[in-house]
Amino acid sequence: MGIKIENISKSFKKIEALKDITFNVNDGELFGLIGPDGAGKTTLFRILTTLLIANEGTASIVGFDVEKDFQKIRNIIGYMPGKFSLYQDLTVEENLKFFATIFGTTIEENYDLIKDIYIQIEPFKNRRAGKLSGGMKQKLALSCALIHKPKVLFLDEPTTGVDPVSRKEFWEMLKRLQQKGITILVSTPYMDEAALCDRIALIQDGRILQIDTPEEIIKHYPKTIYNVCADNMYKLIESLKKYTHNYNVYPFGEFVHYTDKRIDFNPNELLHFLEEQQLKNIQINKTQPTIEDTFMELAK
Amino acid sequence: MLPIIFVLPIIQLIILSNAATFEVKNIKFSYIDNDKTSFSRELIEKFDASSYFSVQTDFPSTKLASSAMLNGEVDVILEIPQHFERNLLKNRITDLAVTINAIDGAAAGVENVYINQIIQRFNKNAQTELITPFDLINIPKNIVSIPSFWFNKTLNYKTFMVPGILVILVTMITLFLSGMNIVREKEIGTLEQINVTPIKKHQFIIGKLFPFWIIGMGLLTIGLIIAKVLFNVPIVGSVGLMYLYTGIYILVILGIGLFISNFTDTQQQAMFISWFFAVIFILMSGLFTPIESMPQWAQHLTEFNPIRYFVEVMRMVMLKGSDFNDILPQFLKTLFYAFIMNGLAVWSYRKIA
Repeated sequence: MGIKIENISKSFKKIEALKDITFNVNDGELFGLIGPDGAGKTTLFRILTTLLIANEGTASIVGFDVEKDFQKIRNIIGYMPGKFSLYQDLTVEENLKFFATIFGTTIEENYDLIKDIYIQIEPFKNRRAGKLSGGMKQKLALSCALIHKPKVLFLDEPTTGVDPVSRKEFWEMLKRLQQKGITILVSTPYMDEAALCDRIALIQDGRILQIDTPEEIIKHYPKTIYNVCADNMYKLIESLKKYTHNYNVYPFGEFVHYTDKRIDFNPNELLHFLEEQQLKNIQINKTQPTIEDTFMELAK
Repeated sequence: MLPIIFVLPIIQLIILSNAATFEVKNIKFSYIDNDKTSFSRELIEKFDASSYFSVQTDFPSTKLASSAMLNGEVDVILEIPQHFERNLLKNRITDLAVTINAIDGAAAGVENVYINQIIQRFNKNAQTELITPFDLINIPKNIVSIPSFWFNKTLNYKTFMVPGILVILVTMITLFLSGMNIVREKEIGTLEQINVTPIKKHQFIIGKLFPFWIIGMGLLTIGLIIAKVLFNVPIVGSVGLMYLYTGIYILVILGIGLFISNFTDTQQQAMFISWFFAVIFILMSGLFTPIESMPQWAQHLTEFNPIRYFVEVMRMVMLKGSDFNDILPQFLKTLFYAFIMNGLAVWSYRKIA
């Protein structure tokens, strides 16, 4: 078993950050923890990486208890905190060397593991880490987290504040690492990234809402979603909210996602209603639910 | 950062050693001469001749003199009464009124001593002049004490201050740097990354201490060179012994700094607490005010002040040439302190929140 979490709860004074969290991550799995800011993702990461002790419950990494065997765990995990936390005044190469040394290894020994990633920042190896761009910082941080060939990799919001191209590259890198047998637990507030994980857990307010593969989570969405669009977006949302049979209305990119309370919903009826509201160029089409839709539904 | 660490203390050492002296000079002296005789003029000339006093004004009345004192124009007012000369010649006894501005208590005390010395000398001269052959039989016998200042023959304040200021510089730099250190890593988040590594607590603490230890020793070296070359302070004792003691002393300060660092969350808090301790330690170190003149409870408190021992040792070794046996009590106390503080620093550093 990669990661085993049982009934973990943690509160800070009066605030309950995590409430009775239980789930498992299989060996070699790419597991996503999806939730908005303040959902408790980082707290869970800090407990699993032995930086924080839970109030209740137990957790183990590859069979080692996070409280009792924390020394062993520190040797076999790689952790990349959400905030860039390498030494800004050391160069790229010095940072990598430094972390290799404190893990009792060398860059050469595990170079094959980080090669794909490191090669992209190698031209800047004499540049100070603080002077790197956001995407390059992420790559360096990932290289440093991988330098000791960890069995489990924890990535806390690795793509927050990174441009879309670098984000895509980053996820491709994670896929390659997974193929090398590394168990990966990654958290992200971006729902579109969730589809790239093997399994995901939706988390909000310190509670797990659902755990499944992205496909299953989408499949379980109970309603049919319609993409609605018109000339005046603001007026469209207002009008849809006024419509008595609406179940859910929220903007989704250039469309508005609409669900109806009735099972025998006829889109033409809605079209008619919207025309009465003086909206023009109205289109109503069926669409596939996304993880975001599911999340919004569950978080209701 | 490195140039700042070295350049600022050197400037401080040079400025402070030249400026911080307990001598009081250029005392603004004024007088009210109600007598206006050769005797009273002679007394005033004595003050004029002294390099410590700059004779400023002659006030016609006490009232004017007092208002000048209120305005801060004069520090000392000497009032010579009417019939000063006559009383002295006839009755051999007379009064003089001296008013001293005591806003600065320490300076006032010193001024009082100076004034008394001058008046006493004048008194003696007057006595010899006034003695008639008839009196020769009962010449009053005066006891004259001639002090001899050991280890600092000319009572040169620089000789006295330079070792002390050097101590303060080494202390402040190492205390602040180490106090800021771990808390800085907390602030920028690197500590979190370090904490998930298998690095041992003591390895981490030693890694944090060592650079500052080197910097502290470097400062001592530069300070000693300046003391010798610029101020010509005699270095009587063994330089090696000073280094040995300083090496252990810096460990105490670094331990205190890291301990502070462990218990604070921001650099601001750490700076505040470091200042709190630095000020208490420095003012109670015996550098500016002798420990012997502190109240009993304060004297006991200074037992816990590492700077006190450092000041004592530096002065003893530099000026007196004390050897290892002489500084053994201070050495052992500092060593003990170093163990306690660093033990606490390692103990209080938590890799788990």
